[in-house]
Amino acid sequence: MFNVRYASLKTRTATKTPTKAVSKLTCLAAILMSSTSAVQAASSLSIESWRSDDANIWSDVIIPAFNKSHPDTQINFAPTPPTEYNSALQAKLKAGSAGDLITCRPFDTALDLYKDGYLANLNDLEGLKQFSDVAKSAWITDDGKDQFCMPVASVIHGFVYNKEIFKELNLSVPKTRDEFFKTLDTIKSESRYTPLAMGTADQWEAATMGFQNIGPNHWKGEEGRKALLTGEAALTDSAYVDTFKELAQWKPYLGRGFEAQKYSDSQNLFTLGRAAIYPAGSWDIQTFNNQADFEFGAFPPPVAKAGDTCYISDHTDMGIGINANSKNKEAAKVFLNWMASKEFATLYANEVPGFFPLSDHQIDIKDPVAQEFMSWRQQCESTIRNSYQILSRGTPNLENQLWNVSAQVINGTMTPEAAAKEVQDGLAQWYKPQQ
Amino acid sequence: MNPSNQHDEKKPFPWHLVFFLGPGLLIYVVFSVYPLLDTLVLSLYNEQQGQSHFVGLQNFITLITDDTWSQAFWNALGNNFTFFAIHMLVQNPIGLILAVLLSTPKLRLSGTYRTLIFMPTMLSVVIIGFVWQLLLSPIWGISEDFLYTIGLGQYFDAWLGKESSALITLAFISVWQFVGIPMMLIYATLLNIPDDIVDASVVDGANSLQTFWHIKLPLILPTIAMVSILTFVANFNAFELIYAVKGALAGPDFSTDLMGTFFYRTFFGFQLQQGSASMGAAVATLMFLIILVGVMLFLFFIQRRIQRFQF
Repeated sequence: MFNVRYASLKTRTATKTPTKAVSKLTCLAAILMSSTSAVQAASSLSIESWRSDDANIWSDVIIPAFNKSHPDTQINFAPTPPTEYNSALQAKLKAGSAGDLITCRPFDTALDLYKDGYLANLNDLEGLKQFSDVAKSAWITDDGKDQFCMPVASVIHGFVYNKEIFKELNLSVPKTRDEFFKTLDTIKSESRYTPLAMGTADQWEAATMGFQNIGPNHWKGEEGRKALLTGEAALTDSAYVDTFKELAQWKPYLGRGFEAQKYSDSQNLFTLGRAAIYPAGSWDIQTFNNQADFEFGAFPPPVAKAGDTCYISDHTDMGIGINANSKNKEAAKVFLNWMASKEFATLYANEVPGFFPLSDHQIDIKDPVAQEFMSWRQQCESTIRNSYQILSRGTPNLENQLWNVSAQVINGTMTPEAAAKEVQDGLAQWYKPQQ
Repeated sequence: MNPSNQHDEKKPFPWHLVFFLGPGLLIYVVFSVYPLLDTLVLSLYNEQQGQSHFVGLQNFITLITDDTWSQAFWNALGNNFTFFAIHMLVQNPIGLILAVLLSTPKLRLSGTYRTLIFMPTMLSVVIIGFVWQLLLSPIWGISEDFLYTIGLGQYFDAWLGKESSALITLAFISVWQFVGIPMMLIYATLLNIPDDIVDASVVDGANSLQTFWHIKLPLILPTIAMVSILTFVANFNAFELIYAVKGALAGPDFSTDLMGTFFYRTFFGFQLQQGSASMGAAVATLMFLIILVGVMLFLFFIQRRIQRFQF
């Protein structure tokens, strides 16, 4: 969600003007085309999306590929800037002027649209068979009965490391937590490099790249996440306290003054070759490809002891659904089914490295780091961020609380136990199963 | 024709007043008065699933008594008073001193100084926030080297990131940016003091300090009072700097949360937190009331007692 958007915005600041101009042109062209071709084409579809950054990828690569097999459907990709997307979409849906296909935010934002009757039910969509339950969980009603969006892409968490520094210090990729901290110790004592490039100034990194990154190994991925939902587990359980404890151990390895270090500072520290390991989200790959002039690799969050099952945060970030009031529902379904195909998955994964298709197809990704991230899906169990489904509906908001306490735990101004207690108390205030 | 119209005949209805006042009044009503009243009304409603119903003062009661809400509210209000206090104690005295220095006839290049000091006020808050974050950054910033050069290196810290210092640092950044406004206002008043009064005091044997305390200061007191009230209103509406530097979550641990950022989170929501228009309106109403009460207290107890002089 926000993190990803923020990241992609950052990435593109350098190329902002041309992309903008291009996307404007493509929009204009698309509008012209759709108006002239409406007569001849059997049907035309318009896609609402917040990925304005990808507009040219859609118009130059994805849509032409679709038209090869389906020449009689016109597709128009009509993005809105990320920050305005939710409200603009809401207004368009109310006014009845929204596109046929709607890109869905995960969980509650899309769920509310479905409840208000703006999104069509997709239960009988053929393409959905290509997706696992975890992938679909972001766009399903609470009772698990109705699917209203089809998964498109996810982002994976892990650690990115500077291969040259690892070579220089004779380090190997850490597999267990002990090895991980030993590696950090070596970097700290034997070099001037910052071992871990992360700051707590923006708070979300502490929660997203910290807590949600290493946590699934502690709470056993989906098992722990579901137990929180049913109330069988509490955030004060040892799994969560241990996650916070591990986070607290990061402090000595962060850069000096990390309390005031922002997300972009961390990225720069790493791409300038001044830091060895960077707790990452896969969307960072694009930035690093553009900016780093050294080789970098990635490793999944280390497990407790060698041989343990590993769990990764493979967070469902983007889905796509059909406007309930669309006049071209059949054509829209054809398009969605195509989006569930291997062809689309391969195209998308390679054009937008760091955003991974959620379908079960085996696909080839050319980018080596993205490939590495993707390969963890085979070795490890996938889960999503535990605060996203249902648990962030009330006041106080669990996700916001996690940002706050994770940053404080790393800063050393709050103990792991106190952090766990605070989030649990917050949750218990409004979430029945946790009371 | 009835009697009142006969009266009008003698004195025609002043249409020109409507003509001249109308457009301004209309804009004021549409864009200021109506939204304000609508906010006040909205704060009495509760919105759920698109349905809004009247709940009276419930939103305010929740805001003040519910643990989650009240903690955030009092924290933001307390921080706001600290923010205001720093401005009153630092910004306005410095503005006064700068104005006095600028108005000394012997000072050369006073126009240059005036422009330079006023310059940050004209810059966007976003730029100010960005520049100061870079200056104070422990990674790239120059402040650490600078402190080492003058021998104070050991006092350097990640000020913007520490709970104890973040708010004070932000207040100082804001002071740096806006110190030009009190300076300009006081400077203009100082220039208006007739020379013969100052001359007379010199003839009477007053030294420059005495002239300042007994002649100039009383004459610029109304301006200082006005500057204070402007500071008060601006500080309790402050939002941009915090948002630009620390984001809407005003970290670490809400230590830089002001009423403005608190309102923003409540009204627009943040990340996974859904915004609530009615609760946000309640916060906005409280902000309005706080500013209203502050300004009224000031008007009744201070402004009325200040003597004005006319030359």
